[in-house]
Amino acid sequence: MAAKYRTHSLWVPYVFLAPFLLVFSTFVIYPLLQSVVLATQQTFGPGFSEFVFLDNFKNLLGDPIFWIATRNTFVYAAASVVLLLPLSLSLAMMLNRPSMKGRGFFRLIFFSPALVGAVFVGVIFGVIFQKRTGLLNNILYRLIGFDLDFPWIQDPRFVMPALIIASLWMWVGFNMIYFLAALQNVDKQLEEAATIDGANSWQKFIHVTVPAIRPIASFVVLLSIIGAFQLFELPWMLLNQGPGPERSGLTIVMNLYQTGFQTGDLGYASAIGWVLALILVFLALFQRRMSRSEET
Amino acid sequence: MSHPAKTFANIVLYTVLILFSIVTIIPFFWLVCGALKSQADYFTFMFLPLGEGFLGVAWDRLTLENFGSLFTELNFATNITNSIFLASSISILGTTCAAFGGYALSKFQFPGRTAITGLVLSALIIPGPLLIAPGYQLLYHLGLINSYAGIILPSIAPAFGLFLFRQAMLNSVPQELLEAARIDGCGEFRIFFSVVMPIVRPMMGAFLMITFLGAWNNYIGPQIILQDPDKFPLSVAIAQLRGLYQTNYGMISAGTLVSIAPVMIIFLLLQKEFISGLTSGAVKG
Repeated sequence: MAAKYRTHSLWVPYVFLAPFLLVFSTFVIYPLLQSVVLATQQTFGPGFSEFVFLDNFKNLLGDPIFWIATRNTFVYAAASVVLLLPLSLSLAMMLNRPSMKGRGFFRLIFFSPALVGAVFVGVIFGVIFQKRTGLLNNILYRLIGFDLDFPWIQDPRFVMPALIIASLWMWVGFNMIYFLAALQNVDKQLEEAATIDGANSWQKFIHVTVPAIRPIASFVVLLSIIGAFQLFELPWMLLNQGPGPERSGLTIVMNLYQTGFQTGDLGYASAIGWVLALILVFLALFQRRMSRSEET
Repeated sequence: MSHPAKTFANIVLYTVLILFSIVTIIPFFWLVCGALKSQADYFTFMFLPLGEGFLGVAWDRLTLENFGSLFTELNFATNITNSIFLASSISILGTTCAAFGGYALSKFQFPGRTAITGLVLSALIIPGPLLIAPGYQLLYHLGLINSYAGIILPSIAPAFGLFLFRQAMLNSVPQELLEAARIDGCGEFRIFFSVVMPIVRPMMGAFLMITFLGAWNNYIGPQIILQDPDKFPLSVAIAQLRGLYQTNYGMISAGTLVSIAPVMIIFLLLQKEFISGLTSGAVKG
């Protein structure tokens, strides 16, 4: 091995690592440790703070706004998985058919919204969902006589569906790309053998396709959930830089941002950040356990 | 399957795909139309103003005044320059740091290697928003609020990138090649640039693009850190524009289009490299 016949000086790897480690420890590790300290403080802007120990977490539990944010985030994350992934997978399977013509063309089109940042998607859909002048109501009006004044982002009941529609537009093609890559792992011979044995399409899907794409599929599920829990820019811009009517579009990160930078309490914001981190760690462990138990 | 059944299935398949394509493209098309219409025509016509011209469109009523206003009433030229500067520096510095680090962790044996690798890997689980508040406080104490350094520095140590380069170099860069170059008297940095880099060039290109796009589309960082409107990148400028010109949809459309179109065109041209970079982490990892 390299260690036995070392021909480079000892310092070489450290020099290559230095830039990354220097920045990483200053701007990732240090703030991470500091976030623990901050979570036990109440701050008034970045300069003034008061030690409150676990009060932030105690207050969070009784904070109705935080619970609204958490509920909205969970609803959005669930919708992302339940609607987004089947849609992405079906598109990928359609494009993956061997006789498919124009695959590159469709892939290019479906993928293109993923290049647009969430801020810009938020602005675009904020205009699309307008009453009377918006694209969606106008198209639906012409097609099926839909109500031109339908209040997508003015009525709290429709804010979440509007948000999910915008996010589907943005992410379906992106996830499709991963599923297309995953479908390359499907064993063609196994698929043919199943056909010869008289398996129908659904049986082939369950017994041949699903096992082959499982590793990437579980990665995509985790990626979607992590993304969903960090949702901020899309609803923030969609709802004109606010949480929407009756906070119907408030997410955990939006709650964190408003607490930290509009109220000025970086301590409480850090406590929210830690709750978010714990939710994500828990979900990641849960997902790992699930994919392990499926393997055995 | 019999022949007519197969044809029918194909018709259904392509119809679904074409419908999906239309749904995907319509918001873009609508955005372009909105940007080219005058304020009066915006509310009268859904897409392009209808008239006597080619294809029944009144081409002569289209206008570039919305784009003009971006550069005269607002300061969009500066915002574009700022976005280009921020995204380029972050992507170049971030890719360099990650590639250097990944090289050290994959091709050298040294004390502390396992610990550092573990530290960086476990950092992958840290959600970005957790670092917003303490990161802001740190920048405040360092005096980096309202500076580009405050945006660039925290973005150039991507743990994910280091992990990608480590994985790629472990398998694709042969140790013998490095030893041979050393025996030939090649300096360590020259080895990196003329032996290692050519091998992982596709991954470097893909990662450059991913980080460029991420920085271009980043909103929350610049929004929190920058105070001076002359320093705003497009993401923050567009939020400001949306707040200021509530119902001037023509200008909002033009501003959004200017912010997304150039990047989209470049990335769609390079989509093969970009996509292979995106999926390589999932397929290999």
